[in-house]
Amino acid sequence: MDKWIFIIDVEACEDCNNCFLSCKDEYIDNDFPPYSIAQPKHGQRWMNIERKERGQCPMVDVAFLPTPCMHCDNAPCIKKAKNGAVYKSNNGIVIIDPDKARGQKDIVDACPYGAIWWNENKQVAQKCTMCVHLLNDGWKKPRCVQSCPTGALRFVSGEDSAIAQIIKDEKLEPLHPEYNAKPRVYYKNLYRFNRCFIGGTVAVQKKGVTDCVEGAMVTLYKDSEKVYEAITDNYGDFKFDNLEENSGKYRLEISARSYDKKTIEVDLIASINVGTIML
Amino acid sequence: MGGNMKLSNTRFKMMLYATNYLLNRTARKYPSFKQRLKEKNFTAQIKVMDNTVGRYFTFSNGKIISKSGIHPSPDVCMAFSDTALANRLLMPSRNQMEQINAMKNFRLTLVGPDELTWWFMETLSQMFSAGIDYGIDVGNNTKRYVNNSNAGAMFVYVKDGKIIRITPLEFDDSDAPPWTIEARGKKFTPPRKCTLSPFGLAMKSLIYSPDRLLYPMKRVDFDPNGERNCEKRGISGYERISWDEALDIVANEIKRVKREYGPGAILTSAPSHHMWGNIGYYLSAHRRFTNAIGTTQVVANPDSWEGWFWGAVHHWGNSMRLGSAEIYGTVEDALKECEMMVFWSSDPESVPGAYSGFESTVRRQWLMELGIKTVHINPYFDATAALMGGKWLAPRPDTGNAMALAIAYVWITEDLYDKEYIATHTTGFDTWKDYIIGKEDGIPKTPEWQETETAVPAKDVRALAREWGTKKTYLGAGGPGNQEGGACRCATGLEWARSLVCLMAMQGIGKPGVNMGNMTYGAPVDARFYFPGYAEGGMSGDIEGTASAMNLYQRMPHLTSMNTVAQRVPRLNIPEAILNGYCEGYPNNTKTIEGQFFKFTYPAPGHAKIQMYYKYGGSYIGTMTETNRYVKSYRSPNLSFVVNQSIWMEGETKFADIILPACTNFERWDIGETSNAGGYIIHNFNKMNHRIVTMQHKCIEPLGESKSDYQIFLELSKRLGLSSYFSEGATELDWCKRMFEGSDLPRATTWKKFLKKGYYVVPAPKEELRPPCAYRWFYEGRKKDLPEPIPLPGDYTEKYLEGLQTQSGKIEFDASSLKRFDPDDPERPTISKFIPSWEGPHTTELFKKYPLQLISPHPRFSFHTHTDGKDSTINDVKDHRVFIDGYYYWILRINTRDAEERGIKQDDLVKVFNDRGAVVCAAQVTERLPYGVIQSCCSAAVYDPIGEPGISIDRGGTINLLTSSRPVIKKSHSAASNTCLAQVEKWDGQ
Repeated sequence: MDKWIFIIDVEACEDCNNCFLSCKDEYIDNDFPPYSIAQPKHGQRWMNIERKERGQCPMVDVAFLPTPCMHCDNAPCIKKAKNGAVYKSNNGIVIIDPDKARGQKDIVDACPYGAIWWNENKQVAQKCTMCVHLLNDGWKKPRCVQSCPTGALRFVSGEDSAIAQIIKDEKLEPLHPEYNAKPRVYYKNLYRFNRCFIGGTVAVQKKGVTDCVEGAMVTLYKDSEKVYEAITDNYGDFKFDNLEENSGKYRLEISARSYDKKTIEVDLIASINVGTIML
Repeated sequence: MGGNMKLSNTRFKMMLYATNYLLNRTARKYPSFKQRLKEKNFTAQIKVMDNTVGRYFTFSNGKIISKSGIHPSPDVCMAFSDTALANRLLMPSRNQMEQINAMKNFRLTLVGPDELTWWFMETLSQMFSAGIDYGIDVGNNTKRYVNNSNAGAMFVYVKDGKIIRITPLEFDDSDAPPWTIEARGKKFTPPRKCTLSPFGLAMKSLIYSPDRLLYPMKRVDFDPNGERNCEKRGISGYERISWDEALDIVANEIKRVKREYGPGAILTSAPSHHMWGNIGYYLSAHRRFTNAIGTTQVVANPDSWEGWFWGAVHHWGNSMRLGSAEIYGTVEDALKECEMMVFWSSDPESVPGAYSGFESTVRRQWLMELGIKTVHINPYFDATAALMGGKWLAPRPDTGNAMALAIAYVWITEDLYDKEYIATHTTGFDTWKDYIIGKEDGIPKTPEWQETETAVPAKDVRALAREWGTKKTYLGAGGPGNQEGGACRCATGLEWARSLVCLMAMQGIGKPGVNMGNMTYGAPVDARFYFPGYAEGGMSGDIEGTASAMNLYQRMPHLTSMNTVAQRVPRLNIPEAILNGYCEGYPNNTKTIEGQFFKFTYPAPGHAKIQMYYKYGGSYIGTMTETNRYVKSYRSPNLSFVVNQSIWMEGETKFADIILPACTNFERWDIGETSNAGGYIIHNFNKMNHRIVTMQHKCIEPLGESKSDYQIFLELSKRLGLSSYFSEGATELDWCKRMFEGSDLPRATTWKKFLKKGYYVVPAPKEELRPPCAYRWFYEGRKKDLPEPIPLPGDYTEKYLEGLQTQSGKIEFDASSLKRFDPDDPERPTISKFIPSWEGPHTTELFKKYPLQLISPHPRFSFHTHTDGKDSTINDVKDHRVFIDGYYYWILRINTRDAEERGIKQDDLVKVFNDRGAVVCAAQVTERLPYGVIQSCCSAAVYDPIGEPGISIDRGGTINLLTSSRPVIKKSHSAASNTCLAQVEKWDGQ
């Protein structure tokens, strides 16, 4: 049986919010029994976009993490729900039955991803349904994927083995594998959100004029181990990415022809722009 | 009587008989039509003028009694000069041109009370349109309609008379295939759909917004026959009144101020944009009506183009594009040739100019795929930089020209420019060169010199200049890449735009890979297929005030309209006109470069001062400068009457005496092409990946008692005896069909098919027929070969189509137009020079008091004020507003260090203020801005003063209260929205 997954490329998401807004368009004021009742106009984010800024001006980047229900294969919400109020359909989609789930606020708290929302008025837990009512009508993708202009969101179905191959080929990873929930939402370039960088600029002063140094060799060491090497660009810039936050001390060695080697120590907490290093 | 005439008379008799038959048949077939016939009891006569043949129709309680002959006293009489003409015009397939000619030459007359003549005409029209079939049945009792918007074309799903969903328009197999560009061994093809801007996906929430105006309303303490209490505008509430009462008041006020004061007493203005559609547009139905009553017009500043229109145009012409660059063929050229793209004050992912959704995003992704380097110059690390990566240079605001001059300095001193091109394609370079290297004023414009202005390290500017000077580079300036940009909307904006033209000349614009653009314009769509854009004036017939004369007036036969009032008010000085009774301005006349030089004053000679203000919508407080001025002017007793026609209750609507509720374009008929702006921006559709012409279906009935703009103007016209002139006897659907027939659509599809399906995708031209690349003709010294009819023939100095619009036909570093106009203007010298901002670090005293530079770019999630507020789902976008203690606050972005110095944390409420106003915002603490710079978008729709309007602090987010009303230069009509000093402090609720 083919099952659905979301593939979300963090690097391709530009926070346009088309996914978030088309989800609101679909679900506000619209009941789709037996899968969902209307989303309240405000307060719920079935597609929740988180923002992460890294670095310091002028070496920064910003990444966005669209976070829907993870449609976990080992879903804590299913376990928590009484009367089978939350169930997994054959195509991999996790559904909260709005009738059976009435009054079960525990379902909201059960989700480690914070992807389930409580409708105070209707006393029911609600979340992304992968637009199952539309899929049943022959749609090939949910609203959020349809309206995504960058291809950051994809919707793919296949047998488990085929899905596993895609995950391997495209180097996809789930969010928080440590929750052990086996999500059906996979991310690409997640490092932009949950890892960090060390960057900086190399310059030199000659006859009173400061210029960027292109082609300097910058080497990153962790303890005495070489981690990365980079060559500065025409702005003298270098950047080592995909490092772990709070991972302790690093050493940068900068060398360029006819200049003395320079060494910088960095205690890495979060992404850092070490600024201009004068040779 | 000749035989032909006899035959003709007989035929006329038959046609009249058939009309009677059709009326009755339609009533039998369609219950709604039958119901309609019960609305009026009267007699209508159709005849020839000499009374030889005729038939009358008596409508009586839903029954039609029809008799051949002449009625002694019909209520309505339609008369033709002869039966031959009548026979031709009574056919459904009549020639529209002949109809108009007959009307113009009094060969066809319609006499009777407006209420009945209109009803009769509408009934005859509905005889043919009753029961029309439109939209696609998609099951579940749901129909899929098509509509269009500033956000793009969309599918609209309707069930039980209610819109349930709005999606991007996706093509089916029968629609035209897309184009493909082959570049560097790869093939690039856009997806077959219409992307939507975010606010397009919020449209349903706006259509059903609780802030919709559903009934006509009157301010409770406004009495047109007694106390008007003008100072209570913005304070007092409203009461519901009937349409008849509202329309009577407005029509009577129109007549009253004309009677008591004379021409010019009525001021009308509409926003720069409207909901989509060529019929309902403000340049269409609205303009036809305002021309018909004669009104003082508001002259728009070339908002968003300031530096290009008042500055760049003098160096390279292109006045009809407001001084911006040519737009054709650049996508293909960039993909094939360019090695670097510089985005300067250019964030197409937030604002690609207007209308075109995310059409160009995929093209920039292709650049990324090809590994083309990008540089982003903007005080804010914008959405485009965030998506694309590359080098970010973060200058202080309002310093763009200093950096541009320093780039020229590097090129000159390091020999990194095209001397051959300078010699053959430009004039005046040596004058500018002397200024750059310091020969003129002793100050070499070095990268070090610019660092003191921009705070961008000299080494970075030198590195940029060296790379730019050695690589084939595209310059993307402003959101669309060839125009606009926050850097052109500030005190140094003219000089910035002027210098960019000079930089492009130094690198030889038009060479393969060297051009202006950021992939937003220049898609290879068919520019030869004609469908009118909105600035062609729709049904206005305004050949003076719109681009109607270019094509549409000839192609869709209709009556002309002309405003008889010559008085004008510059938009940015409406408050001064009302409060002080005097103001002056410069016109937005794009016909020639010199069109902008003609200063005008208000009041105009022999004209009345403004007494009545007929305002459409509510955008000015949120979009103009120093807008407490506008609030104060609304509350002035100088304005004895204010009517606002609006879809929603917005910040500005509540300053009216009478509110007329208009409906959205989802509740009425219209027709329009996505991103086709017509004469305002010729071929603006080349931002789109596909040209999409839409039948804008009437998806639902108007909400509440709201009416289409057309209907509102028609109702007012009836009260002024203008209904036949205004409508030409045509319904909105009739007008759509007329526009269809005036376009190239009938050669591609049928009306019936178009009406049913709702859209047509214009096929892309084959490769050999694609529009050529911008400026290639100029670079290669050929005649201009682009598919645009500009500049006008008289503006060529040499032979027609040879050279640019400037006096020399070349790019002029030293502008001849400025030498002729005012060579000694210190604010606009004949060459681009460094002129420090009149509000910034150089204004030392003010800078001490207000040490933060505020930029207020166009918002990403709202199209101006259009989709902000109103309980729209846009409010919930985290990067648009922040919900704190039950209120949606506007966002102010502030650098980490500035925030720390003021004890401000993420999502704290802060007060941003200067001497002009104060606004409460939610702080977003960020490293996307340099130290000393704050950012908060313009165009909040919510104006929510805590105390007295026009004076007190606003918590709606109207950041425009803070910006200066000073024009960029005196001899212009311009807004310097990004020149603004302010201070920020934590808001303590007081």
